[in-house]
Amino acid sequence: MRPKRLGFTILHRAAILAYIAFALFPLFWLLKVSITPNDLLYGEGVRMWPSRSTFDHYVFVLEHSDFPLFFRNSLIVSLSTAFIVTALASIAGYALSRFAFRGKFWIVGLMLLTQMFPLVMLIAPIFKILSPLGLTNSLTGLIIVYVAFNVPFATFLMQSFFDGIPKDLEEAAMIDGATRFKAFRQIILPLTLPGIAATLGFVFTAAWSELLFALMLISGVDASTFPVGLLSFVSKFSVDFGQMMAAGVLALIPACLFFFFIQRYLVQGLTAGAVKG
Amino acid sequence: MASIDIAAIRKAYGSTHVLHGVDLTIKDGEFVVLVGPSGCGKSTLLRMIAGLEDISSGEIRIGGRRVNDLDPKDRDIAMVFQSYALYPHMTVAENMSYSLRLRKTAKDKISTAIAGAGAKLGLGALMERRPKALSGGQRQRVAMGRAIVRAPKAFLFDEPLSNLDARLREQMRGEIKKLHQDLGATSIYVTHDQIEAMTLADRIVAMNAGIVQQVGSPLDLYDRPANLFVAGFMGSPAMNMFAGTYRNSGGAPRVELAEGVAVPVGEGIAAADGAKVTLGIRPEHVVVTRGGGPGIQAFIDLVEPTGFGTILHASAFGSDVKAFSLERGLATRGDTVSVAFPVDRIHLFDHEHGARIG
Ligand SMILES: Nc1ncnc2c1ncn2[C@@H]1O[C@H](COP(=O)(O)OP(=O)(O)OP(=O)(O)O)[C@@H](O)[C@H]1O
Ligand SMILES: [Mg+2]
Repeated sequence: MRPKRLGFTILHRAAILAYIAFALFPLFWLLKVSITPNDLLYGEGVRMWPSRSTFDHYVFVLEHSDFPLFFRNSLIVSLSTAFIVTALASIAGYALSRFAFRGKFWIVGLMLLTQMFPLVMLIAPIFKILSPLGLTNSLTGLIIVYVAFNVPFATFLMQSFFDGIPKDLEEAAMIDGATRFKAFRQIILPLTLPGIAATLGFVFTAAWSELLFALMLISGVDASTFPVGLLSFVSKFSVDFGQMMAAGVLALIPACLFFFFIQRYLVQGLTAGAVKG
Repeated sequence: MASIDIAAIRKAYGSTHVLHGVDLTIKDGEFVVLVGPSGCGKSTLLRMIAGLEDISSGEIRIGGRRVNDLDPKDRDIAMVFQSYALYPHMTVAENMSYSLRLRKTAKDKISTAIAGAGAKLGLGALMERRPKALSGGQRQRVAMGRAIVRAPKAFLFDEPLSNLDARLREQMRGEIKKLHQDLGATSIYVTHDQIEAMTLADRIVAMNAGIVQQVGSPLDLYDRPANLFVAGFMGSPAMNMFAGTYRNSGGAPRVELAEGVAVPVGEGIAAADGAKVTLGIRPEHVVVTRGGGPGIQAFIDLVEPTGFGTILHASAFGSDVKAFSLERGLATRGDTVSVAFPVDRIHLFDHEHGARIG
C-alpha cells in the first residue's frame, strides 16, 4: 500500500513539474536569448545556456532605442483601459445581475454579438470613424477602441461575480438604512474585490499585448505602444533577436508587478460566512 | 414601536398572482406569526412590508404613515433573514453598528447600544470576530443583534431559525420570546414550524395560495379551525378527516361515514339533511379502548412510539384513523380495538368549500 501511494505521489508531482516546464519554457528561452551575445546566438547551436552571457542588449534597449517611450505609452494605454473598463463593467455587471429592465435581453444579445466578429473585419470601419475625429495616431483613440472591445466581456465577467454574492446582503444593508448605491459601494463592492482584481488583470494584459489595432491606428513613434515597438527590431535584412528579447523581458516586468499587486485579492474567499454555511 | 396596517394588498409578477388581497392589522407591540405551506406568499408579504418588493395594489401603513412609496431605509424596520445575511467583511461589532453608523449616531451611543445588545444575546466575547469564524447559532444571534441595536418601529423575521438544528432552534425560540417580552416590539414572524408558531404568537395568520385563511390566537386556530385547510395545517400528527353525509332527520344529528358507521354530532350545525360534509377529529381526541368498549371496531396497523406518547394507526370503516395517546403499550400491531369520537371534539366542514359548519 505504502510504496504504491508513494509512486502515485511521485507521478503526480512529476506531471505538475512537466506542465510547469512546458508552460514556462518559452519564457525561459526569451530570457536566454536576451542575455546571449550576438556572436554566440547562431554560433553555438542549440544550447540551454550560452557559454558567455551579457547585458548589452538591455543596455542598448534602454539607452539607445525608443523603448522607454513605448513603455510609457503602453503603460498609459493599458492602465487607463483597465481602470475605465473595470469601472464600467462593475456598474453594468451589477445592473445585469440584479435588475430586471426592459430591453435587457436585447442589450445582452447585442453585447454577445460584438464578441462574435473577428476583429480584423472591424479595422477599416474603425479607422474610418476615428480618422476624421483626429483619434488615429493618438493614445486616446487607442484607449477608446480598447475600452469598447473589452467592456462586453468584462461586464459578463463582473456579472458572474455579482451573481455569486447573495442578494440578501444588499437587502439587509438597505433595511439597515443604506441607499442602493451605498449598499453597492459599502457591502457589495468590497466583496467583489477578487472579481475586480481579475477583471483589471484580464483587461490590463489584453491591452498590454494588443498588436493589431495598435499597428493599424498608430503610425508615428510618439504614440507607439510596446508591441508595435517590438516590430522595429525586424528590419528588411535581419531580425535583432537579442534586443527584441531583452525588450520582451522588460515588457514582462509591469505585467508581473501588476499581478503581484492584485494577486492577494484574486485568491481571497471573501464571501465565506455571509450566509448560512 | 408602531402598528402595521395592511389593506387589500395584492402582488403579481407579470401574470403570476402571488397575493390576492391581504388585509391585516397588527397592533403596536403585537407578535404576529405568518404560517402556510411553501410558496403561499409569506416571504413576499414580509418583503413588501420591508420595502424590498413593489406593491402591485393596496396600501401598507406603518405607525399610521403610508409607506407604499418609501424606500426600505426610510421605513425604520429591521429584518432578520433566513440566511442571516451578515456582512462577511465586517466584524460582529461592525455588523451590529452598521445601521447606527449610517445614521451618524454618536460614537459613545453606538458603543453602549452594541454592548447592550451583545450582552443580551451573549455575544460579548465574539465582538471582534468575522462571521465566517462563528457557528450557525452565533451567526443567528448576530443577525438578531443587528436588528435590535437600533430600536426600530417593527421587526420582521423570515424563518430565522430554519437553518439551525432542532435543539438550538428550541433554545433560540425561547430567547426570541424573552426578547419580545423585554422589548415589546411589534413583530411579524414567518415560519413553517408549528411549534414556533404556537409558542411565539400572540396571533397566528394562516395563509394558503396568497389568501389569508384565518387570523386568531394560537389556540383559536387549533381548537376552532375556520376551514379544512387550517384544520389540516395546524397540529402534528395531523387531524383525521373523513368524508360523510350529515343527517338530522329520523333521530339525533349524526354523520354517516362509510360502511354504515354513524357518528353522533352536536346540535346547531349549519347544514341540511343529506349534505356532504367532512368530519375532522384530532388524533389526541380519538378515544381508543381495548376489547369490546363503546365505539367503532378497528384494527391496529402501525404503532409509532414517540417517547412522549404513542401514535396508533388503526383501520376502521375503510379509512386510516390516527390516534395519539400518552399511555404506552395501549395496543400492539394486529390488535382489535374500538375507537370513539367524543361529540364535543368533532369538527365539521362543508365538503365542497371546506368552511367550518360546526
Ligand atoms: N420574482 C418572481 N417572479 C415570479 N414569481 C415569483 C417571484 N418571486 C416569488 N414568486 C412566486 O411567489 C410565490 C410566493 O413566494 P414566497 O417566497 O412568498 O413563498 P413563501 O410562502 O415564502 O414560501 P417558503 O415557505 O418556501 O419560503 C411562489 O409561488 C413563487 O414562485
Ligand atoms: Mg419564504
